[in-house]
Amino acid sequence: MSLFTLSLALVFVGLAILLSSGLKLGLEKDMVIAVVRSAVQLLVIGYVLTFVFSSNSPFFTIVMVVLMIAVAAQNIVKRKYGFPKLGWRVVVTLFAIEAVSMLFLIGLNIIPPAPRYIIPFSGMIIGSSMIIASLLLNRLNAEIISRKAEINVVLSLGGTPKQAVHMILKDAVRASMIPSIDSAKTIGLVQLPGMMTGQIIAGADPVQAVRFQLIIVFSSLATAALTSIILGSLIYPALFNKHQQLSFKEY
Amino acid sequence: MSIEKLKTDIAIQFKQAGKCYVNGSEKQMVLQNITGDVPAGAVVTLVGPSGSGKSTLLSLCNLLLTPDEGEVRIEGKEVREWDVNKLRQHAALAFQTAPMIPGTVHDNLMLAARLHDISLQSPEELIQYVGLSKNILPRSAEELSGGQKQRVALARTLVNQSSILMLDEMTSALDPSAAKEIEELIIKIHKDEQKTILWVTHDLEQARRVGDYTWLLANGRLIEKAETHSFFHYPEKELTRRFLQGELAGGKDL
Repeated sequence: MSLFTLSLALVFVGLAILLSSGLKLGLEKDMVIAVVRSAVQLLVIGYVLTFVFSSNSPFFTIVMVVLMIAVAAQNIVKRKYGFPKLGWRVVVTLFAIEAVSMLFLIGLNIIPPAPRYIIPFSGMIIGSSMIIASLLLNRLNAEIISRKAEINVVLSLGGTPKQAVHMILKDAVRASMIPSIDSAKTIGLVQLPGMMTGQIIAGADPVQAVRFQLIIVFSSLATAALTSIILGSLIYPALFNKHQQLSFKEY
Repeated sequence: MSIEKLKTDIAIQFKQAGKCYVNGSEKQMVLQNITGDVPAGAVVTLVGPSGSGKSTLLSLCNLLLTPDEGEVRIEGKEVREWDVNKLRQHAALAFQTAPMIPGTVHDNLMLAARLHDISLQSPEELIQYVGLSKNILPRSAEELSGGQKQRVALARTLVNQSSILMLDEMTSALDPSAAKEIEELIIKIHKDEQKTILWVTHDLEQARRVGDYTWLLANGRLIEKAETHSFFHYPEKELTRRFLQGELAGGKDL
């Protein structure tokens, strides 16, 4: 596809901008920013990936993965949940997820240990982990605010912080996993996943594309569970101070 | 009387205790310079306008809040020196709204037993002791009426066999007859188990009926503490007289 044909797709954006200004939605500026950003980011990443794949060096692959984790962590932390010292806990969680997934995928020879596989798979795994972490934190935040009294009842009966948040943590972990489970149930029926679509468009055998997609579905179910459980167990001690009082600031 | 004996005869001791809340860069004293003793086995009723710091004072006793100034001693030992889980088993706190944990009445009743891994002989006996039928045990705790919840909340604290019971406006959200029943239940618990009770109430008649001693808190300060009879009949402080005449509201005019 030439850059000229690609730029024809901008007609769609023009249409959206016309609609936005016609209906006075006030989103024109944001749309332009979004178009410019997505174009620049993706074109840059395209060249970077070409470079990394051709260099075939583990160093650049690791740098790419570390960058992905850093951006994902920053994206989670910037939402300002009331959790103290959230940053390192998120980073540890994402590293653990990435390490476990890669050990599993490469160790069992499910994907070859090449940058061409490691980077896209890491991207999808870290990306879905990021969404799960945000869902968990968002839910946990809301649950703690609405169920403060319940936590204080358990503490006042001499229960430990762990006992006091156990039910709430469990509910938040459950809630954060439900979207992944639901989307796995309807995958292929409602929409074709992006990776699979991409492979098919690029001329791959659909059955081969489906196999790769299934790896993603299976690993995102596993990472959903792992992300929630690891992050949940790292985060709850930070909700209490040394006197076992709930020290949670609402934002 | 030896000093040792004297020590153990005081269940709760406040020594210039104070608490402040930090709101941004603003520091606000919610309690200051609270000094007073609650004798073991006594019922002390704590009255005062809303916002005067009564609930905060209770939370200092089981370290749900940490004193910022002075000391709070429970049976001679400063709250921060206690093992906090033991302290909270020892000095039970019952909340105004009697929050239930999700689950059945039985789950709520067994909560303390589950937390501390002790076996509760007979939940049926316990629920009947607080005046409820044992048929209520499998019901969802959320469905109970306010008065029933307060009974379950009291039963829940009894499992820990605490020697101190702190009550935070337990009857204020109840209708008068339910309030009276809960009051009678608390008196029964006090008689049966010789517990020390620190009882926050906004119902002055109740404070007069049940108290051995009554303390008045206003604007974070302990204004007067006296035997309940003399508190109501011969108040020493002008502020107490105005409070008893209903002239102090929400900490204004202080």
